[in-house]
Amino acid sequence: MAENILHTEKLTMQFGGVVALYNLTIDVNKGEIVALIGPNGAGKTTAFNCITGVYEPTYGSVTFCGETIVSNHPQGKMKKMYLGEKDGEKLKVIRPTPDKITKLGIARTFQNIRLFNSLTVFENVLVAKHMRAKQNVLTATLRLNWREEKRSREESLALLEEQGLLQYKDDLASSLPYGLQRRLEISRALATEPKLLLLDEPAAGMNPQETQELAEFIVKIKDKYDLTVLMIEHHMDLVMKISDRIYVLDFGKLIAHGTPVEVQKNQRVIDAYLGVAEDA
Amino acid sequence: MNEKNRNINGVITPQQKNAFFKSVLGFIRKNRIGFALIAALFVIIFILEQILPSSSMLFVVLKKGAIYSLVAVSMNLLNGFTGLFSLGQAGFMLIGAYTYAIFTIPLEARAAVYQYFDGGIINFTVPVPVGLIMAGLAAAVFAYLIGLPVLRLKSDYLAIATLGFAEIIRAFFQWDKLGPVTNGSNLLKRFPSFSSTLYPFFVSGICITIIVLLINSSYGRAFKAIRDDEIAAEAMGINLAKHKQLSFTISSFFAGVGGALLAMYQTTVQAAAFKSSMTYEILLIVVIGGIGSVTGSILSSFLFIASSEWWLRFLDDETYIGSFRVPLLASGFRKVVFSIVIMIVVLFYRQGIMGTKEISVDAILRFFRKLFGKESREEAA
Repeated sequence: MAENILHTEKLTMQFGGVVALYNLTIDVNKGEIVALIGPNGAGKTTAFNCITGVYEPTYGSVTFCGETIVSNHPQGKMKKMYLGEKDGEKLKVIRPTPDKITKLGIARTFQNIRLFNSLTVFENVLVAKHMRAKQNVLTATLRLNWREEKRSREESLALLEEQGLLQYKDDLASSLPYGLQRRLEISRALATEPKLLLLDEPAAGMNPQETQELAEFIVKIKDKYDLTVLMIEHHMDLVMKISDRIYVLDFGKLIAHGTPVEVQKNQRVIDAYLGVAEDA
Repeated sequence: MNEKNRNINGVITPQQKNAFFKSVLGFIRKNRIGFALIAALFVIIFILEQILPSSSMLFVVLKKGAIYSLVAVSMNLLNGFTGLFSLGQAGFMLIGAYTYAIFTIPLEARAAVYQYFDGGIINFTVPVPVGLIMAGLAAAVFAYLIGLPVLRLKSDYLAIATLGFAEIIRAFFQWDKLGPVTNGSNLLKRFPSFSSTLYPFFVSGICITIIVLLINSSYGRAFKAIRDDEIAAEAMGINLAKHKQLSFTISSFFAGVGGALLAMYQTTVQAAAFKSSMTYEILLIVVIGGIGSVTGSILSSFLFIASSEWWLRFLDDETYIGSFRVPLLASGFRKVVFSIVIMIVVLFYRQGIMGTKEISVDAILRFFRKLFGKESREEAA
């Protein structure tokens, strides 16, 4: 069996009285492209936010490369409000901030592009290099880190060249056309040197031609950087074409998983997407 | 990914050292016009000091302008580059001013200064440069402690909390029980000050250079990333708490040094002077200069000080033309004009003088080249 890279165990996220995600257990193996699909509001982005530390899950844990990186059980006010199994085992509380998770090797993009708009394309990528550079504020100010800085710059330029963004290097990130902004966001995520890349609707707002190019692009970077990809996507042709396995969420719960062919035939998935008549 | 290429043991080889010095030399050569301009500025001030009487208004403006430049740039580092809307600047200046004054009053003058507190409890004096650095460090330490709870807040809440802390600091320093250290609400005086205009220019110049180096470093980029989008910055591996704390502490360090310089300029210190209105003055300078522009802050500091101390003074004086009394001109009218100016700036000119742009030698040269290029083209036509 392939080496497991990401495992979530009974991940649950409850906002007040609303359970956005319930008992999500998924596995991602090294080198796979796994898709997370489901109708709007199914809890896909919530799952991403729990994995990357933006939210603290109410219950459950996330394991990355064999190490538990996020783990929580209902505490404080949530103890009473929690709608899941009341006698669930108490987990160790590990609640890292998102930057720690990025440092471990999980990078992500956002559903609505979040670039640093007042920085140039080049600086956007350089920011991602900040984390791994060996420096402190004193050496950086006095330019004693010039070797690190030079290396960061060279690596960033190489990355931009490879992604075909080199000609826009000195343009403001906000001035790029939409498709290139998406590409820059992925490049920026790659600059953090991840093992696992989480893509949140990378094809949103793209036409079929662009989606086609994106599919090739994802496969290309996956092979080149030895990545594992977990993505949320609504474009079914893209999902069916490149993903190895698919998890389907509906109303916060996992309703199906399997290969694209299996999922396409699954009656519950069809019902979730097309709706099912009350009297059926 | 490139772990192998990294020089893990951190040893600097002679070639690398050589390359470093070469790059420093290259930097100086590339910016020789800038360095020449700075040298020229110092020479001009020196010459002016020789010819003009030392009571000339020009020197007041230059001295105070230089000090306010430093404080405004330090505030801009926080508000403009890191996106933290803090209003604690006057408090940190106060800490700097007091620290400098307390530790540099000569021993023989202490009995007279601390007359109500038996000469105070501090029985040593430090040299002026040490005093300036201590002023910065004291402000930085306070900022670090205040930052721990306060920096969790966002935008307006942060502004309110820092403003509150600045007021608390002011009250605290006037507390009678602290008299043996702070002299209570009495003046601190007789500490060393400067007479030459070059002095604040020199100290502010060094401090602003350090801030600019920081802003253009990897950390500066991280600050700007936080300003643009906190969530994305965090996703890029930037530790928000650490970097905000860093920016807040460094900004306060330089505000402290600025406060010490202000104490030197005024030759006396009293906590009552560091009111929140001082913070607003600095905020006004930063907004007029352009939030996110260092040169803008410097330029507007000098403009603001020149206007408030010199050019617009007439607004406060009752003026008669013949027997006709010019209406509105009365004590306090200057403040009204300033308030109107800030409203106009905020409503119609939000970018300030410079926006987020910087004045650079290159830009000036380009401007002139364009100007002259145009002229020569017109001549040709």
